[in-house]
Amino acid sequence: MSVAILRERDYLIASIQSDLTDAEVLELRDTLSERVGRYRARGIVVDVTALDVIDSFVARSLGSIAVTARLRGAETVIVGIQPDVAIAMVQFDLDLEPLRTALDLDEALTLLDRRTQGDGEDGG
Amino acid sequence: MDFENSGVAQPRLPAPAIETSLLHELIAYLRENRTNLREQWVRRITDTRLLRVMTPEEIFSEVTAVYENYVDALETGSVETLQAYARDLSERIIPRGVETHEVLGIVLLLRDVLARALFVKYQHDTDLLTRILDAYEPAANRIAVTVGVSFVEERERVIREQQEAIRELSTPVLQVRERLLILPIIGVLDSPRARQLTEQLLSAIQSNRAKVVVIDITGVATIDVTVANHLVQAVEASRLMGASAIITGLSSKIAQTLVDLGVDLSMMKTVGDLQGGLEEAERVLGYRPMAKGASASEAAG
Repeated sequence: MSVAILRERDYLIASIQSDLTDAEVLELRDTLSERVGRYRARGIVVDVTALDVIDSFVARSLGSIAVTARLRGAETVIVGIQPDVAIAMVQFDLDLEPLRTALDLDEALTLLDRRTQGDGEDGG
Repeated sequence: MDFENSGVAQPRLPAPAIETSLLHELIAYLRENRTNLREQWVRRITDTRLLRVMTPEEIFSEVTAVYENYVDALETGSVETLQAYARDLSERIIPRGVETHEVLGIVLLLRDVLARALFVKYQHDTDLLTRILDAYEPAANRIAVTVGVSFVEERERVIREQQEAIRELSTPVLQVRERLLILPIIGVLDSPRARQLTEQLLSAIQSNRAKVVVIDITGVATIDVTVANHLVQAVEASRLMGASAIITGLSSKIAQTLVDLGVDLSMMKTVGDLQGGLEEAERVLGYRPMAKGASASEAAG
């Protein structure tokens, strides 16, 4: 699978290296869900910088990764959505509603730090 | 300017049925009397108070050139040289505020001056006058139309260029602080502009690593469903990029319109004015308002 999953403190970082097949997306979801439990992770960062397209299936799967992880006690942040991809997603009305997004990895880790330290809200 | 193009083969418009010898006579007459006729024309231009933005010398030199072109066009039946000249002339006089009615007015005046000269010359022979006018009128009308159309086309070209320039100028994305961008929108927001704006915004978010974007629409006069949806899309796309967008400067009229249209703005964070928007943005970024005298370390986000 072309996804590297790294551990950084309490967080899992899934870096997608190339476009994924549907099966690989599902595999990613299951792997992440399992690792959250195994490592007692409190946050997941999914890096989609390499993706040129985010279709409805990938969007929904990312959403279900977030929901699954939240049930297991971890927040999910998506980073690296490219401008073109963002425009396309908005135009096709793809909803990443349950997901948080951040500009890059650094930003995502800061966001997770704030969330997991019980701050709750953005910028609180 | 090419005054002597009578012998040159040129693409001709379908020539009206005229007697060649008559036409030659007519042209020769107009050439012989050019000084007199030109003067009459200039006098009538001055009398009707046309072209007041130009000096008498300028009017005289343009009039000379137009007269020659006019007679040439009558002779050859080809309006191309005149067309080129008219376009060139328009380019020079449009920036000085010459109006369409003035251009049409002076061309029609020349037509009248020449027609009247023909009346005077052939008044004793009504039959010949009629034939001369048969030859003259269609050509003169075609010339008037050509000049008018050239002028309007030139002006439209200028307007298009200006629109282009305004479009490029009108969408700056400004960084006011580390990670904070302002996007002031001024003027009419149509679909192409909204799309361009969204693209500019998103690439600015990426290159400046922006975290908060303040979109100020104080300068937008009206808003409709399409524009509102474009705004929603820009906000949504920014969020996907990891930046939160704040809309400021919604006038009460626009707010009312949005409510009446039933646009779903629940995803949008709105603040009354730009100042409030910046304060909100700084709060999101973690800056705290600092009381006078408080130490800098307390204020650091």
